[in-house]
Amino acid sequence: MYRETNRYFKFDWITIILFLLLVGYGWLNILSASHVGETFNYLDFSQPYGKQLMFIFLTFILIVLVLAIDAKFYERFSSVIYIIAMLSLIGLFFFGKNVNGATSWYGIGGMTIQPSEFAKTATALAVAKYISDLNTDIKTFKDQIRIFTIIAIPALLILLQNDAGSTIVYASFFFVLYREGLPKIYLTIGVLLILIAISALKFGILATILGASVIILTYHFTRRKKPAFYKTLFTIIACSVLAFGVKFFYNNILQPHQQNRITLWLRLEKDPAKLELMKKREAYNLIQSEQAISSGRWTGKGFLEGTRTTGKFVPEQHTDYIFSTVGEEWGFVGSVFVIILFVLLLLRILHLAELQKSQFSRIYGYSVAAIMFTHFMINIGMVMGLIPTIGIPLPFFSYGGSGLWGFTILLFIFIKLDSNRINEW
Amino acid sequence: MRQLLLFVSIIVVGIVFIGRLFYLQIYNSDNYDLFEDPAIRKVYDYPKRGFVFDRNGELLVANQPSYDVMVIPREVKPLDTVEFCSLLKIDKAQFVKTYNKAYHYSPRLPSVFVSHLSKEDYAVLQEKMRKYEGFYIQKRSLRDYQTSIGANVLGFIAEVNQGQIQKNPYYKMGDLIGKQGVELSYEEELRGVKGVKFIQKDRFNRDLGPYKNGKFDTIPVPGKDITITIDSKLQAYGEKLMVNKRGGIVAIEPKTGEILALVSAPSYNPNLLVGRKRSKNYNKLYKDSIHLPLIDKGLLRVHEPGSPFKALVALTALQEDVITPSFSVTCRGAYHYGGRRPMGCHCGGGRRDLTKGIAKSCNSYFATIYRKSIDKYSNASKGMDVWSNHIKSFGLGQYLGTDLPIGKKGNIPDGAYYDKWYPDFRWGATTIISNSIGQGEILTTPIHMANFTAAIANRGYYYTPHIIKGIEGEKINKDFVTKHETTVAPKHFDPIIEGLYDVYENGTAKFLRIPGIEICGKTGTAENFIKIDGERMQLQDHSIFVAFAPKDDPKIALAVLVENGHYGSIYAGRIASLMIEQYLKGDITRTDMETWLLNNSLEDEYIKPYSGQPFSIN
Repeated sequence: MYRETNRYFKFDWITIILFLLLVGYGWLNILSASHVGETFNYLDFSQPYGKQLMFIFLTFILIVLVLAIDAKFYERFSSVIYIIAMLSLIGLFFFGKNVNGATSWYGIGGMTIQPSEFAKTATALAVAKYISDLNTDIKTFKDQIRIFTIIAIPALLILLQNDAGSTIVYASFFFVLYREGLPKIYLTIGVLLILIAISALKFGILATILGASVIILTYHFTRRKKPAFYKTLFTIIACSVLAFGVKFFYNNILQPHQQNRITLWLRLEKDPAKLELMKKREAYNLIQSEQAISSGRWTGKGFLEGTRTTGKFVPEQHTDYIFSTVGEEWGFVGSVFVIILFVLLLLRILHLAELQKSQFSRIYGYSVAAIMFTHFMINIGMVMGLIPTIGIPLPFFSYGGSGLWGFTILLFIFIKLDSNRINEW
Repeated sequence: MRQLLLFVSIIVVGIVFIGRLFYLQIYNSDNYDLFEDPAIRKVYDYPKRGFVFDRNGELLVANQPSYDVMVIPREVKPLDTVEFCSLLKIDKAQFVKTYNKAYHYSPRLPSVFVSHLSKEDYAVLQEKMRKYEGFYIQKRSLRDYQTSIGANVLGFIAEVNQGQIQKNPYYKMGDLIGKQGVELSYEEELRGVKGVKFIQKDRFNRDLGPYKNGKFDTIPVPGKDITITIDSKLQAYGEKLMVNKRGGIVAIEPKTGEILALVSAPSYNPNLLVGRKRSKNYNKLYKDSIHLPLIDKGLLRVHEPGSPFKALVALTALQEDVITPSFSVTCRGAYHYGGRRPMGCHCGGGRRDLTKGIAKSCNSYFATIYRKSIDKYSNASKGMDVWSNHIKSFGLGQYLGTDLPIGKKGNIPDGAYYDKWYPDFRWGATTIISNSIGQGEILTTPIHMANFTAAIANRGYYYTPHIIKGIEGEKINKDFVTKHETTVAPKHFDPIIEGLYDVYENGTAKFLRIPGIEICGKTGTAENFIKIDGERMQLQDHSIFVAFAPKDDPKIALAVLVENGHYGSIYAGRIASLMIEQYLKGDITRTDMETWLLNNSLEDEYIKPYSGQPFSIN
């Protein structure tokens, strides 16, 4: 009711407060991870914490802009936004700046902008727009292909810029498509693919094929209504091909450092000498990060008191590894607080998305939750050594203007759409 | 239902993350310890180790600076190795080897390149050091012995080992710790407390500055100087007399229990275990299985006490009221009992009362009174217990509780001991008659002997022998100023002391008299055996002597053990007498005895059993 009476209260303040808490807490940790010496100036723009403070300030201008634009604009111009975003990605091949091996940045003056951080929002808008079109039926193969194409274009462009981590984020649209009615077979195949991939690498091709055959045949013979035998046989053959494919992909397509990350994660290397070398080369960050988190214990060493953080023991600590700062300085209590903030934010967005009357808003909201969830899962999972190293930032937390702005736009477009949900269309 | 996939995923991931955090931070993490934190460099500031003085204030142990050349391999720039090697007095091959070893250990961390430069080498090198980047000189502190005596008392310091680090977290890799002697006993007092500076470093091991502005840094507390009870002149003289002999001398001031001299021979020059050649020298000393220079014979050599023990047998008999001083026995050259082989006696035969018995060391006399003491009680076991208690009240058969880190218990049997040996209780005083003359199952060390001699000199009490006289600003352990009373009443001591005095006046040590000093003493001779390749061989008897003087105001009590020195009076008696003269008079009048001792060697005796040739003894 209050939303109708006061226009300032029509925005979902719970989401906004969670957003502010994450940004503020994130900045404190960036300060910890990047300050040098005992005394420092918060407005020292040559240092990451100073720059981030400026980024955060600019973010508020961005938020006002995003919220000021009419909600209908985002739906109507989604295709245009998408095309602009794709062009900006393509433009990287000609004007891009190479940082750490990935050509993902435009250099403008002293600043760099990473268009892939904005492409996620554009893709989410495009997907929402396409699926919500009355003529689209996600159950048909033709539309499935079109939706996949919308998603695949940015994913492929980013992959070509050698930023595999950001590419993986586009897999998060699977949650959206599944929610909107993508046939179950895709989920089955997806889960099977992951299982076979892990099994083929860990236990070998033969064991995987044998294991898969036994399971599939058991399924075949225990069903009351037996499926056609050729289908079963086909599934087995498909699994086998898949197993070979995974091994081939691992051996021939992946780059050595990517192979090593997976090797370490699945504990494939048995030779202790090689393992030691591999750890030194590939897992240095991870080991430092885990040790920094471990040393925090219950309540951490205190803000600005982390010895490993101060000594910069974890490389990239203010960007991808920011969570290790939380672990060391704020301990278990502070780290769980961050996890809870993210879970609450994601669940809140999910809840709001389900409340939307317009299909476009709902799909977009769902995309926001899915994208942010993927970042959250991969980043913190990586920092704590649960999944192989994949370098993507933690939303609102990690240092970086593009990332912060990208996620802010992504989130606030949804807040704007949500604020409009009771209005007539 | 489809809405649930993402919803459930979010919650599951949240829970898994919290679980993982719990595992990393709580379950799998130790309590935070600044000392264990790899991000903090600990720089230790070692305090001066305390000096050691003797009882007369003479400085025995001080410190000296030592210079190690250190290397940080990564910072080494190409250099003139020929010149550098000649400065360090090493060759090129060694240079390469040491460098590679240091590099292998860590390219970033300092390693010792050449240790313990001499002062001269240091002076030359210091000026040219800046030419060699990546090398620097680190100053350390080593012990500087002002004397060549008393190695067994002073002990030595060396780097801590892994076990000690684990036992006491104060010590870190490379720290020095007392390993023997007073360096070990008074380690905590001598070492002081090292200071520590915490320095924040980064992952490249570069210093970023003091951790929290030095809030946790501590300043070193210097070690305390200690004064030991040793009289270095007496100690030196004892070591001199023991030349070419193996054994120990323990001299005690009866009134205080202070150890005046603790000679172990052969010993070594304590300076051997300092500096560059330390480990080489140590190995050499350690492997010398004939002279055993690292074994403190005064504290560790367990042997039968022999005849001096008879004094205690007599005191026990007096206390048990089985004899009076006038009780006498007629010796016929042997003690006959129970139809077995008689126990021989060398006293010459005749009528022996207590004083004469001691003076002539008559075996028959002591066998008789020993038997009386045991047989006083209804059964031998009980009698033995009572007897054993009296003997033990003189400190025998137990660790004396000195402040030296080593010692042996020796053995004084009691009733239960023989009950175990003869399970059917078929034993009596005659079964164990050898105890009466200080053989059989009686085992002691020289310090035990010196201690009971002091107790006799004091007429019935002793103080625990100790080496510490004073610690700068601290009281010494109160155990060392507590009187230990023996179970024998003071009145019984006079006849014994008369007997011991008679040993010098008319008895077995008559030729050892020192003009102007009333000495009480007792010779001893102990059989001993060795097992080589499973074959038991009897060796030349040990020469033993205990003595105290002056008779009526004892200032020194001592025990001398000269291994394989034959009769007690031959070696040990001479040494004991000269030691007393040295201590009481400060110079030697019996130079004939001194010359004899310095010129006679027992080295041949020690090699005999290893020569493979048959040999005769006694």
